[in-house]
This record gives sequence, structure tokens and C-alpha cells, in this order.
Amino acid sequence: MTPTSIQTQNDPLVIDGVEFGSRLIMGTGGAPSLDGLGAALLASGTELTTVAMRRYSPAETGSLFQLLLDNGIRVLPNTAGCFTAKDAVLTAELAREALETNWVKLEVIADEHTLLPDAVELVEATEQLVNRGFKVFAYTNDDPVLALRLENLGATAVMPLGAPIGTGLGILNPHNIELIVSRASVPVVLDAGIGTASDAALAMELGCDAVLLATAVTRAQNPVQMGEAFKHAVVAGRLAKQAGRIPRREHALASSAMEGRAEFL
Amino acid sequence: MNIKLNGDHRSIGDGASVTTLVTELTGRGLDASGQATDGRKIGVAVARNAEVVPRSQWAATALAEGDELEIVTAVQGG
Repeated sequence: MTPTSIQTQNDPLVIDGVEFGSRLIMGTGGAPSLDGLGAALLASGTELTTVAMRRYSPAETGSLFQLLLDNGIRVLPNTAGCFTAKDAVLTAELAREALETNWVKLEVIADEHTLLPDAVELVEATEQLVNRGFKVFAYTNDDPVLALRLENLGATAVMPLGAPIGTGLGILNPHNIELIVSRASVPVVLDAGIGTASDAALAMELGCDAVLLATAVTRAQNPVQMGEAFKHAVVAGRLAKQAGRIPRREHALASSAMEGRAEFL
Repeated sequence: MNIKLNGDHRSIGDGASVTTLVTELTGRGLDASGQATDGRKIGVAVARNAEVVPRSQWAATALAEGDELEIVTAVQGG
């Protein structure tokens, strides 16, 4: 066994006392079919995935929940589509009943155009859900002040966005993400905006504990291959962070010694 | 009696409970604790007039004329 594999195997993500071997949380949104989604989830190696709660339709073929149960992937219900704390709390309560988990990805958005979190409603909903016994995974703006406030209210994890949902713009404010990480004592999950593998690696290099993404895989031209790419990217980024990168320098620094060179006339 | 289910009008027998409705909708049998009798997870939740009805209360919760029910399940979402 190489030192590298020892290190990755002994480095689980721990959230609320639950260990995950993978630091990639792949959401289920955006996949055109349940079969294709299942294959992409497996290729990504994810052990935790998000779902949305919507009206039951008898016409729906196949059960997403059953697919996740069959593959041993833990479910993290979200409150996507909620604009108020009141709606988010009711949606979380329904999810807890339906899926028998007290974990919830709290998403309270301001409007459909930006899909950005509404900070006021988010704070209110976090407080209420924590009081009702939920483990709140708070989807938040990349705002170090808000992230810390959510943690202080009892959030189990804070999940700052890299860029708006579905944009694939990557991490627009790496400095803020680094600042959030440096002050947090709960897991920080980079959520939303990821476009490709290097974005996920960067999130891990900035010190995030995990990366959550959906669209980047489910709407890639080859979702299975992209799922696998992200699996490696997250591992690579984590290893690089732990290995300690070299400092940035303004001038070149030779890596070959100048002494002992041959002399030519 | 007439109720509203997921936004649509629906007629259901007098004396029906939440269990009756969930079974009609999903085609799955339910035991007294609200678990599916086929041994698999049912994966749905019920709100009656904007209040969540815990599955343990489904059998004991009688529906009334004009009730508004929402029955939800997990679907794809980030």
C-alpha cells in the first residue's frame, strides 16, 4: 500500500457523527433519466445525495428514493423552491416524515432569476429548524459573516456557493471561501456553481471539507465520465491541500543547482 | 366527500382516513404504524390543511369535507 492510499483511506468526511469515504456530494438534479442518473452517481463514488420534495404523481415511473436505498446512498433532502422560512420549515418537516431523516439542505432563495439565498429568511429558517431538532446543512452566500452566524445558530454544516446555481462559473470569490473555512468549526461544503473538475479541486485546495454539485455532472455531455472526473478531482484537491503547496513568488527560482555546471569554451 | 389532493379536486368515501388516501394513491398497503406492508419504504409524507400528519397518525386521522391534502415524495433535485 502506498502512503497516498493510506492517507485518503484514513481521511473520512465526518458530518454529525456519520463518516463518508467520499468528499463529493452529488445532487440528483438535472438528469434526464433515472437510469442515467444511477450510473453517474455510482461513477462519482458519492455516498450522500440531495433530493427535492415534490407532489407525488402515480404516473411517475420508478422511485428515486428506492434507487438510492438500493445503492446505499444516504439521502439529503433539500428545500429547493422555497422563498420563505415558513415554506422551508414545512418542506423540511415533510422531508423528515417521507425519508425518515432529520438532515436537511436548507435552501431559501430570494428570487427565480438569481436563485441566490435570502439571508434574512435563511437565518430565520435555520433557527426554527435547529429548534425542531433538524440537522441543518445551510446553503448560503459566500459571505464569511453570514456563514459564521449560521454556524452559531446551530447549523451542522455551512455550504457557501461558488457561483449561482447551475451557472458553472466556478468559484467566483476564492478569498471569501478561504475566509469562511478559516473561521468555521463545522464542515464547510462548497455548493453550487461548479463547472468542471478543476473547480472542485480548487474548492478542496481552499480548505473545504467537501463539494456538492449536480448540474456539472448530470448535464455534462458524458455524465458518467464527468462523475468519475469529479471523484478524482476532489481527492486530488484534498491531497494537495494537506500536502502544503509552495508559496507564490514574484520571480523565478531555479530548481537545478548552478554549481558544478560543465564549462564550454 | 370531496377533498383537494395536490391541488386537484378528488372524491373519496365517507369515513376515509389518511391511510385510505395514501393507499388509493400509491397502491401500497399500509400497516397501523404507517409503514408499507410490502416491507419497502413508502417514501411519502402527508400535509393536511398545511400541517404535517406523522405517519404514525395516518390511520387515526379521518378526512373531512373540504380538507386540503398534499402528498409529496423525493424527486430529482440539487
